[in-house]
Amino acid sequence: MQFIKSFFSFINDQFLKMKWLDDIVRWLFGDVIKIDKDSMFFESISFFVYDVIKIFILLSILIFIASYIQSYFSPERTRKILSKHKGIGANTIGALLGTVTPFCSCSSIPIFIGFTKAGLPLGVTFSFLISSPLVDLASVILLASIFNWKIAIAYVVVGLLIAIFGGSMISLFKMEKYVESFVMENRQSINENNEACDLSVMTKKDRVSYSFDQVKEIIHRVWLYVLIGVGIGAIIHGFIPQTFIENILGDKNPFSVIIATLLGIPMYADIFGTLPIAEALVFKGVNIGTVLAFMMAVTALSLPSLIMLKKVVKTKLLLTFVGIVTIGIILMGYLFNGFGYLFI
Amino acid sequence: MDLDIYLYKEELKMEIKVVGPGCKKCQVLYHQVLRAEEDLKRNDKVTKVEKYEDMMAYNILSTPALVINEKVMCSGRIASTDEIKKWILERE
Repeated sequence: MQFIKSFFSFINDQFLKMKWLDDIVRWLFGDVIKIDKDSMFFESISFFVYDVIKIFILLSILIFIASYIQSYFSPERTRKILSKHKGIGANTIGALLGTVTPFCSCSSIPIFIGFTKAGLPLGVTFSFLISSPLVDLASVILLASIFNWKIAIAYVVVGLLIAIFGGSMISLFKMEKYVESFVMENRQSINENNEACDLSVMTKKDRVSYSFDQVKEIIHRVWLYVLIGVGIGAIIHGFIPQTFIENILGDKNPFSVIIATLLGIPMYADIFGTLPIAEALVFKGVNIGTVLAFMMAVTALSLPSLIMLKKVVKTKLLLTFVGIVTIGIILMGYLFNGFGYLFI
Repeated sequence: MDLDIYLYKEELKMEIKVVGPGCKKCQVLYHQVLRAEEDLKRNDKVTKVEKYEDMMAYNILSTPALVINEKVMCSGRIASTDEIKKWILERE
């Protein structure tokens, strides 16, 4: 038993956390280039180099695996599955499918229109749209790499709950009349006309090349955010005094979760860019709930996506959506802070 | 004579549309189409459909989509130049 346990922790440390890389980087800066190991600069530069290399290695592998799985779930297929379910079950499946259905952020509006036109309840579509950026296959494994599996799984469960809860609320409030009228015209069940390149008819070779393309494309899209994220993380890591961060985001400040959430909402970054910041914050003693609230606020709500959504929904629905998700994230943050000791 | 050829070509011209809000992927697809056109030495009408109201007509869920003579050939990914060439010749 002990053997199995130490075997898994070895795998976890060396492959997911890449401790060997950390050792190499620290050796390189400390012993070869001879930077003072106690200096703040040493901490910052080691964190930056180690994190950048680690994230890009993990990202490439994870996006490949995630894309391969996702290639079985085209948005068309998701819509078909969702049209067969009702009530909270449909919200749950919507939230679950949100995690595996691939689409780039500029597709969220066509998906919104397409789902609504097909007669899917508004709340189900929202469950899908909330979970999609929030819970992502690749990001879950990255979370496990940076923190641990308990936190990664808790993040998934909470993310899904927020998506289910948010969508159900929007159903409950009967917000249909706040969708722009051109979307609501001629709602009907749509019979699929299969396209020449529908994702679900791909061969194995197609899926592999699709996954490679996704890796290239996503890395191309997020590399800058990752660098900026790691950069900010490195500065927090090395230069910002612990007491300063503790006063604002630590457990002494009862508003820490609210501050973290409100700070995160207007920010636009990929989840991969926010992870290194989260890593540095946890290292500085910020509570896990506060850090997760920040991450979720950044990924679930952002100014650019709200501006896009504004084109198809009226202000009242938009504000309801933002309000519900914000409240969900804040509640989650305090819950995690309260029960955080279970996870670390 | 020249005018005849011109008229003949004009009649055979197809309408190729790149449907999508204008993100990076849509631009790449648009250029792929132009390259396919160049390779085939064709001169079809290639346009972009960028407004959501107009996109709805094609019943697509993911962008970018490629539409040839009002038929959706592909959506949600960037088709290769070879695929586009094949579709153009098929739809002719």
